[in-house]
Amino acid sequence: MATKAKPKAKSLAEKDLHQMYRDMLRIRRFEEKTDELFMAGRIKGAVHVSIGQEACSVGVCAALRPDDAILTTHRGHGHSIAKGTRLNEMMAELLGKATGLCRARGGSMHIADVSKGHYGAHSIVGANMPMAAGMGLAFQMEGKGRVAVVFFGDGAANQGSFHESMNLCAIWKLPVVFFCENNHYAVSFHVNRSTAVKDISLRAQGYNAPGVTVDGMDVLAVYEATAEAVRRARRGEGPSLIEAKTYRFFGHSRGDPQFGPYRTKEEVEQWRKRDPLLLVEKTLKMNEAEKKAHLAAVDKEIAEALEFAEKSPLATFESALEDVFA
Amino acid sequence: MREITFVEALNEALHEEMERDEKVLVLGEDVELAYVFGVTKGLAPRFGKERVRDTPISELGIVGAGVGAAMAGYRPIVEIMFMDFIMLAMDPLVNQAAKLRYMLGGQISVPMVVRTPGGGGVQYGPTHSQCLEAWFMQMPGIKVAVPSDPADGKGLLKTAIRDDNPVLFVEHKMLYKLKGPVPEGEHLVPFGQAAIKREGTDITLIGVGYQMANCLRAADELAKEGISAEVIDPRTLAPLDTATMARSLRKTGRCVVVEEGHLRSGVGSEISAAIQEEAFDYLDAPIGRVAALGVPIPFEPRLEDFVLPNVGKVIEAAKKTLGVAA
Repeated sequence: MATKAKPKAKSLAEKDLHQMYRDMLRIRRFEEKTDELFMAGRIKGAVHVSIGQEACSVGVCAALRPDDAILTTHRGHGHSIAKGTRLNEMMAELLGKATGLCRARGGSMHIADVSKGHYGAHSIVGANMPMAAGMGLAFQMEGKGRVAVVFFGDGAANQGSFHESMNLCAIWKLPVVFFCENNHYAVSFHVNRSTAVKDISLRAQGYNAPGVTVDGMDVLAVYEATAEAVRRARRGEGPSLIEAKTYRFFGHSRGDPQFGPYRTKEEVEQWRKRDPLLLVEKTLKMNEAEKKAHLAAVDKEIAEALEFAEKSPLATFESALEDVFA
Repeated sequence: MREITFVEALNEALHEEMERDEKVLVLGEDVELAYVFGVTKGLAPRFGKERVRDTPISELGIVGAGVGAAMAGYRPIVEIMFMDFIMLAMDPLVNQAAKLRYMLGGQISVPMVVRTPGGGGVQYGPTHSQCLEAWFMQMPGIKVAVPSDPADGKGLLKTAIRDDNPVLFVEHKMLYKLKGPVPEGEHLVPFGQAAIKREGTDITLIGVGYQMANCLRAADELAKEGISAEVIDPRTLAPLDTATMARSLRKTGRCVVVEEGHLRSGVGSEISAAIQEEAFDYLDAPIGRVAALGVPIPFEPRLEDFVLPNVGKVIEAAKKTLGVAA
């Protein structure tokens, strides 16, 4: 049965929660900068920011080892940053520079930093789940206790790849965590219209795996649920499905309004009251000085990343012909 | 040299490569018992069910899992029971496997082989008889091997397994019981190197996969009428050895390309376009093409034979190219 997980922060020290707050703020500020650069025409192509969903990225990755793997989505900046992806090279990729993580071939939707256990943002919705199963298979065989976590949205839960992958992981007891960020909209299509079950976590039952729904705005709830799923995976007990109910404060992709065509201003405002950063500020009873200190440190880091990216050269035409084959 | 069947040659290659490299895995439907065509016979008892895994009927899932396992350092060989079923796995093959190395800036490679029986002649009808090689030879990032006899089957499969890139390995069903001399032990056939299967001076016949048999039979028949045909097998379609084929065309001045896929935008379209660019001044006639007629492959034996290429059609095309009355 799907159950509501209760946040149990006892296993975490206060300094850990400060670090989580810091990482969420890094994501928030990085994406605000990304948005600004996109609007100024300096980032080309498609950009999907995850502002509002930072607790998911950080809560999950805080429960992982450096050698665990993540596979993410077109809305993957947050997951990337939470897993330790190098900001300089990530910003360089967004600006299409030679020093970018993907050598200016992938852009925002395909960020990867394998050196940090980040096996790629995969922008075909649902495509990352079979790959996660395969990585889980490799990790099981290699026997070092590594776990693969795959992020996906409520929209992807209706792809066949979700069902095929859940089944493969369940029959082989693969160390994979399926983490569904239910932000309620697949572009403009509300989850209540796309999905027959109220909680996507219920679908785990069909694969004899545990399914749990958590508050995706609460970083500790996400952390606890992930830590349990990861422990289970490392013990060889197979996959888990976690559904985090969350919300993207911005539109689907850059240029989309935050409200209007398919959701109301009131709905957005209701969710913004539960901003994941605000919730941690309350929990930690953070004062203004502490907030400012976090912000100053984060903005310095992002400014440095932007400076690195701006000073980097554009990729050469020759480089566009490399790496098709190993 | 001892003679073994095409199935036995492929089976020997799999045994040798699994013995040589413990990272080599086999995934597929009914592969443990080798229940359908027998290529994987004996692998599960020898190497264990961890490395030789029966999978559910989940083509998308298992090819995607192959990609993930390859990203994590294994060398999966995924069997797709009939080439037609590859349609279900186009996303992991084309959008992921073929692009990941490039898209992630060279951070990873995907050393995966997808083995699959293609082609007709066995009365399985429209969805179990197709030759879809042309679809894949168009795609950067994936290699395509199409052996035509047991020795090349063994040598190309061993090369495919050792390749650090995704390889589509097409086994024509009509070849499985064909016997031929096959070297024992180490036998590697390089990719991108066409084989001159028979030397001649009047016309070049280029045959893909099982159509090599029709080309060789046609050459025998043409010889009885004093026509000397050179017969060439490209062996891999990507990479494609146009140099060897163009060299032959410069010698004979005439050429027919024979494939079992459909004519329009087929393998023959690409080969004839590429070699006429290299040898246009030597052409004495337009390059002829023999392919399946532009309809799905019907089940009834007479109709199937009518739609597919055969020796008679190859001879007819050769004579037309030579300007000789049929």
